Amino acid sequence: MNNTDIVRQSLKRRYRKERRFRAYGMIAVATGFLFLGFLLTDIVTKALPAFSLTELRLDIPMDRESLGLAEDAEISEDTLRALPYSQIIKKSLRSLFPDIRKRKQKKLLYKLISSGAEFDLRDRLVAHPEWIDGPPQSLWLTADDDVDTWYKLDTQVSRIKPLQAELIQALETQDRIRTAFNTHFFTRSDSREPEMAGIRGALAGSFWTLLVTFVITLPIGVAAALYLEEFAPQNRLTDFIEVNINNLAAVPSIVFGLLGLAIFINFFGMPRSAPLVGGLVLTLMTLPTIIISARAAIKSIPPSIKEAAYGLGASKMQVVFHHVLPLSMPGILTGSIIGMAQALGETAPLLMIGMVAFIVEIPEGVLDSATVLPVQIYLWSDSPERAFSALTAATILVLLGFLATMNALAIFLRKHFERRW
Amino acid sequence: MNAQPQALDPAQETVGTPFIDDPKISTRHVDVWYGDKQAIFDASLDVGNNEVVALIGPSGCGKSTWLRCLNRMNDTIDICRVEGELKLDGEDIYDRAMDPVLLRARVGMVFQKPNPFPKSIYDNVAYGPRLHGLARNRADMDEIVETSLRRAGLWDEVKDRLDAPGTGLSGGQQQRLCIARTIAVGPEVILMDEPASALDPIATAIIEELIDELRENYSIVIVTHSMQQAARVSQRTAYFHMGRIIEVGDTKQIFTNPRHQLTENYITGKFG
Repeated sequence: MNNTDIVRQSLKRRYRKERRFRAYGMIAVATGFLFLGFLLTDIVTKALPAFSLTELRLDIPMDRESLGLAEDAEISEDTLRALPYSQIIKKSLRSLFPDIRKRKQKKLLYKLISSGAEFDLRDRLVAHPEWIDGPPQSLWLTADDDVDTWYKLDTQVSRIKPLQAELIQALETQDRIRTAFNTHFFTRSDSREPEMAGIRGALAGSFWTLLVTFVITLPIGVAAALYLEEFAPQNRLTDFIEVNINNLAAVPSIVFGLLGLAIFINFFGMPRSAPLVGGLVLTLMTLPTIIISARAAIKSIPPSIKEAAYGLGASKMQVVFHHVLPLSMPGILTGSIIGMAQALGETAPLLMIGMVAFIVEIPEGVLDSATVLPVQIYLWSDSPERAFSALTAATILVLLGFLATMNALAIFLRKHFERRW
Repeated sequence: MNAQPQALDPAQETVGTPFIDDPKISTRHVDVWYGDKQAIFDASLDVGNNEVVALIGPSGCGKSTWLRCLNRMNDTIDICRVEGELKLDGEDIYDRAMDPVLLRARVGMVFQKPNPFPKSIYDNVAYGPRLHGLARNRADMDEIVETSLRRAGLWDEVKDRLDAPGTGLSGGQQQRLCIARTIAVGPEVILMDEPASALDPIATAIIEELIDELRENYSIVIVTHSMQQAARVSQRTAYFHMGRIIEVGDTKQIFTNPRHQLTENYITGKFG
């Protein structure tokens, strides 16, 4: 047997090996995609119901007597806000079903409408004072979450009593029940009533928190990276710092939360639950990521560019600010966006500093009490009402949407500003 | 080809004529260390006005290191240490009073690999003058850019696309752009570290022609691996070997009649 035959034989084996390895790789990728697909389908199907809301059409009389408004009362925002809306709605419901007289039955009837509907009605009346003294208005008002689940998903809900089921059917024949797009989900804050709950507050909280994080992290991270890469002498101290920055990146985030609790809240006395503290804690967590990615970006600047600038008589500062920083900026931004995306999804450290409270007000600054999207998910996933599970999934979807957008932006930046030297 | 270089006598003097009258740059007894490793031993060499000095020698012999001492580019390397006397027009290059930024404006450098900034052609040339505030207004700057590009023989090729990125030019054009960029600062000396080694023969010929023209206005020190190039462009040639300057002389004499055995071995291709 000559060499060619030996090689030919071994070739077969080698190719077989290669094919096998390729198959393993494809299986691995396929498994990954399968899990991802399963996860996304599950979340999307669970989230869909949260985007619609059941509403009931009620006829609200607009004469002063029915509204409980005195004949000579002036129509102003204050007077309109003070009207007994709960009574008005109940009266309207009763007028739809005059046969229901027993107290227990009445109670069941009232439960068809959301306890938040009165605020909806109030807001609409305040917005339309011209309705007063006019003809009755036929208005769609939010139904209770049990009715919502029962009607929307067509499933048995144990809390819907047979009488209520009958009433709902009656409403249906009168064309007084429908499902509409759930605007509450995007315009309202957290609430105990799932049909009145939304993510606006959590979105605002996430925005303020990330703003604080970004504003503090970027300058500190870039300055640290520039100093370590361009100015620091290479000695044991810088080695020590480098190792510890890498260590810091591996510290569990809840530890940063405890640190923030001890330092920012207990020592410096900053307000609890505030985006300012949340942002500071996330800064601690994001800094190592940004420093590491910024250093990598700075390192990738070819030395020939720096030499060229030095050769022309640029000072170190000029080399750094004319060439190194602008050229590494896309890389630094990419790293920052990825760091920000991490911070956006971070939950544990924020629990430690009290951003887990039930907060109805939409935060308007970094000092207001707030919660953030992932914490909102955590809160709702714990709630017993069935409608909250759809809200949880929908919030996850929104959060994933933001994360995907940020990562896509990072990839776009990297591709767009990639340089060939 | 693989004959071992002969052992050197440590106290050996440079053969030939390292010193000239009225030098632009003069160096005496220069030693350079990278950390504990000595890269240059007792090197003494003068560079005259309006002449091209070629530095030749095998890889790692210290010629680039010596070149980079002349505009203190070695300052950017932490572990590099330079000792000895280096003077530009009689001023000590390594004196505290000598500002490296000013020095590099006076002693320009062209590198082995063309390294234009990732900016427009115009901005590449204008960068140096802007740094040093050499132009009072836009018209001034336009003139500096045009003159520099003309001197580098690039003007006709790029005058219609000054806003195009410098990195989009061909290798030879990029190197001429780098030369234009260096000239724009108005240096007195130009250091060239193998400026044509990354270029094709035609681009190399253009650069060599350019070097010959530039000699009228500048002193030029060029490191090259091509002995033909050294023979073509330089008036004097120094042969480096393991950190020492072995022989210095008129280019013609070095290539036709080397006095030192090592020089002869190198230029006849016995090693290197």
